[in-house]
Amino acid sequence: MNPKVEEMNNNPVIIDISDIRRDFIVGAETVHALRGVTFSIKEGEFVTIMGKSGSGKSTLLNILGCLDTPTGGSYLLDGISVQKMNKDQRARIRNTKIGFVFQNYNLLANTTAVENVELPLMYNSGISSSLRRQKAVDALERVELGDRLSHKSNQMSGGQMQRVAIARALVNDPAVILADEATGNLDTRTSFSILKLLQQLNQEGRTIIFVTHNEDIARYSTRNIVLKDGRIIEDTYNQHILSAAEAYEKLPKEEV
Amino acid sequence: MNTENLFKIALVALSRNKVRALLTMLGIIIGVASVITMLAIGEGSKRSIRKQISEMGSNMIMIHPYSERGEGGARISMSNLETLKNRDYFDIRDKAEYVSAVSPNVSSSGQFIYQNQNYPSSINGVSPEYLTIRQLKIQSGSMFTQDDVETNNKVCIIGKTIVDNLFTKGEDPIGKVIRFNTIPFEVVGVLESKGYNTMGMDQDDIVLAPYTAVQKRILAINYLQGIYCSAVSEEATPDAVESITTILAENHGISNPDNYDFEIRSQEELSSMLTTTSDLMTILLACVAGISLVVGGIGIMNIMYVSVTERTREIGLRMSVGARGKDVLMQFLIEAILISVIGGIIGIFVGVGATFTVNWVASWPVFIQSWSVLLSFGVCSITGIFFGWYPAKKAAKLDPIEAIRYE
Repeated sequence: MNPKVEEMNNNPVIIDISDIRRDFIVGAETVHALRGVTFSIKEGEFVTIMGKSGSGKSTLLNILGCLDTPTGGSYLLDGISVQKMNKDQRARIRNTKIGFVFQNYNLLANTTAVENVELPLMYNSGISSSLRRQKAVDALERVELGDRLSHKSNQMSGGQMQRVAIARALVNDPAVILADEATGNLDTRTSFSILKLLQQLNQEGRTIIFVTHNEDIARYSTRNIVLKDGRIIEDTYNQHILSAAEAYEKLPKEEV
Repeated sequence: MNTENLFKIALVALSRNKVRALLTMLGIIIGVASVITMLAIGEGSKRSIRKQISEMGSNMIMIHPYSERGEGGARISMSNLETLKNRDYFDIRDKAEYVSAVSPNVSSSGQFIYQNQNYPSSINGVSPEYLTIRQLKIQSGSMFTQDDVETNNKVCIIGKTIVDNLFTKGEDPIGKVIRFNTIPFEVVGVLESKGYNTMGMDQDDIVLAPYTAVQKRILAINYLQGIYCSAVSEEATPDAVESITTILAENHGISNPDNYDFEIRSQEELSSMLTTTSDLMTILLACVAGISLVVGGIGIMNIMYVSVTERTREIGLRMSVGARGKDVLMQFLIEAILISVIGGIIGIFVGVGATFTVNWVASWPVFIQSWSVLLSFGVCSITGIFFGWYPAKKAAKLDPIEAIRYE
């Protein structure tokens, strides 16, 4: 076993789902998007969740992100049972425990990087405006955008926008970062730079769940879960984690 | 989520779409401005009417002889009815309560002649108190005295129109003798000019003489054509009317009000009659302006709807980073309120500006009442809440999962 994986065995469990089911009623039919999914993720893991479209990975991501509630089963996030929470309670959990990174960045248009990153903290009344600004600046510096604080979202490249989105996911110091096809809109080189950043964050102890249908990405994560027809068909620890930084260096340099 | 943050979020969202926010405000601006301007014009004309009426004689009470249509078809002029006597005048003067000044009135039309000039007008026989009642002022010379009244003295005071028509420019009329038809009257005073009144009557075409002189030397009558009184205040007018009625009814020995041979009218009635018309106009104008405010509100609702649809992804994102439904609701509601309140404030300035422009360009009388400003501002704030609520509710109900992937 990979020494990193062994080392994580003693870490606390961040996500613990057991027999999660999710049914959708479409007209007269019931669609079983998830048919009993069980796994637990410890702090510091970098998990890729893969599967073809229709495999249930988006549904699983929505449930993990507390955007949706399961029809059956139990879900403990950072020790808190969330499957029975109401909308407002889930909003609060998302605000404090989860950082989202989306495929299409979802930055506010015509808004500066720092304002975009501040957004989650705007919905946390316990944080003063000066602390909010400080945290946002720190998060942007962490993603190497310390010199782009006042750039507006439409003045940035795709890679920069995704870095802002990652900073936004980091700013509330979440228990887990959920990335949904986070490199899907980026070219190979930029994808690797984002992957490199995520690997660095993971090495600093961040728990990351990366939902993707790109099989290559699994080679850079510590663990890979594959879904098919609403069930887990594969759950393996990566014995040979590749370094995104090295891969990035090997890529042909672009003329900038 | 605290309110300060919500305001900040709403302000930032509005500033991202300045032109659209401004165009949306335009409806509210026009609505508020027109409400203020229309009410100011309405109130201005009302006040102008009131002022002119009070210039004719504030708190004035007019007593005239009156006759029900008698048997047969022929009726005579009210001024030829002989029911009001000098005694009625004395009794009102001495006994009536809430009355500050009383003057009888007898008049006769005829030709005024001075040297080779002549001018048709009428002579009014009154007592010296008439000046107080009609709020007339002596410009030069003096009013005739009670002595002149008692001795039927043939003296008179004349208005500017009479002066202009009978005397050459620069000639001092005081001490000159003019003739009314054939009867000479000495001019003892000239009245200050009052110009035309609301009804277009020349208030300077006036000659006043002791009523005794007019009664005895011109008309040869022993009755009065009317009695003018002044109540002590506008509020006391009804009491004064009642007191006068009691005296006249007793003097004439009539107990049934249906048989009264006199008629009492107060300036207050005339005033309220004229201002009612003006009030009606004000209400109509304010309604039209109010409709434009509602149309402005619908404009807000329309734009907020478009905005909610257009910003579905933004709403989804806000929800996924922890905004609750009510945070989103409040954000959109505050945006709508900000649009209407900022529009309202601009509208107040535009309205006040437009009011003074109307006053300056068209010289219409205007008067801005503070309540009309508060009213229109309040209405536009409520409009914002009312028309912003529904789109905001729609935004709050969005499902973050679908909203975040909305294309």
